[in-house]
Amino acid sequence: MKKNYLHRLDAIWLVLLAATTLTWWLGEHPDAAMGAALASVVLALAGLKGCLIILDYMELRHAPALWRRLLLGWLAFTLALVLAATLWHG
Amino acid sequence: MTSATARLSPVEPPSPRLVGDLVIWLLVLAELLTFGMLFIAFAFARIRERAVFSAGQATLDLSRGAINTVLLVSASWCIASSVRAVRVNDSKKGARWLLGALACGCGFLVLKSVEYLHKWQEGIDIANNSFYLLYVMLTGFHFLHATVGCIIFAVLWAPTRRGAYGADTCHALETGAVFWHMVDLLWMVLFPLVYVLR
Repeated sequence: MKKNYLHRLDAIWLVLLAATTLTWWLGEHPDAAMGAALASVVLALAGLKGCLIILDYMELRHAPALWRRLLLGWLAFTLALVLAATLWHG
Repeated sequence: MTSATARLSPVEPPSPRLVGDLVIWLLVLAELLTFGMLFIAFAFARIRERAVFSAGQATLDLSRGAINTVLLVSASWCIASSVRAVRVNDSKKGARWLLGALACGCGFLVLKSVEYLHKWQEGIDIANNSFYLLYVMLTGFHFLHATVGCIIFAVLWAPTRRGAYGADTCHALETGAVFWHMVDLLWMVLFPLVYVLR
């Protein structure tokens, strides 16, 4: 009774590839002048990819909460500061 | 249904478990903080020198950066699949996935080396300006970590193939996998920061 559903690890790989392709496409089309919205989308895609790696590939989804929070917190903090710096027109 | 089965359900969720060695997680934390500092330094240095960073970024090949991303996430997928195979005691399959991870990792190192070589031939080095200084530091440190990751894959291959790791004894393989996933995670921030955002 072997069922050949797409395994979670494989599905995540496909999502990571799709997000990478979208990031590349956004970067290759600078006509949009890389506005705030576009920068936010690019960093949100980075956040999505990072979350999947942390939770599923590093298997922190079922790990002690402290480690999950530390890594997700690092990702959120770093991306938030990068976004702030990117949007800052000082 | 027997009364014994009834007593066992509902099934208890698995207790939280940190895969791999605790030391690797402490290393991951130290590396994330170090790279995090460099990422933020790069992002804020760009505010002060927009033109320099923009010109520097224009000399980078975005497509090559994207291919590098594909290679890194594919290596992560391969090593995660290797751990999955070994956990059901399929060592041969685990070893094949491990070779896949090594191939993707080496592909990344070769592509990145070509990029460095081109930059060097163009006369660009860390002394040019703050963009190249930070670019070489960020990607160079990351390159060294990816090299270590590939060495770990190579070292783990033979014992995986001969069945030294199994469902309850794959601590070493899990630890190696965590290291590579960290290398991958760092690139997920590095790639948009250096290659995409302006």
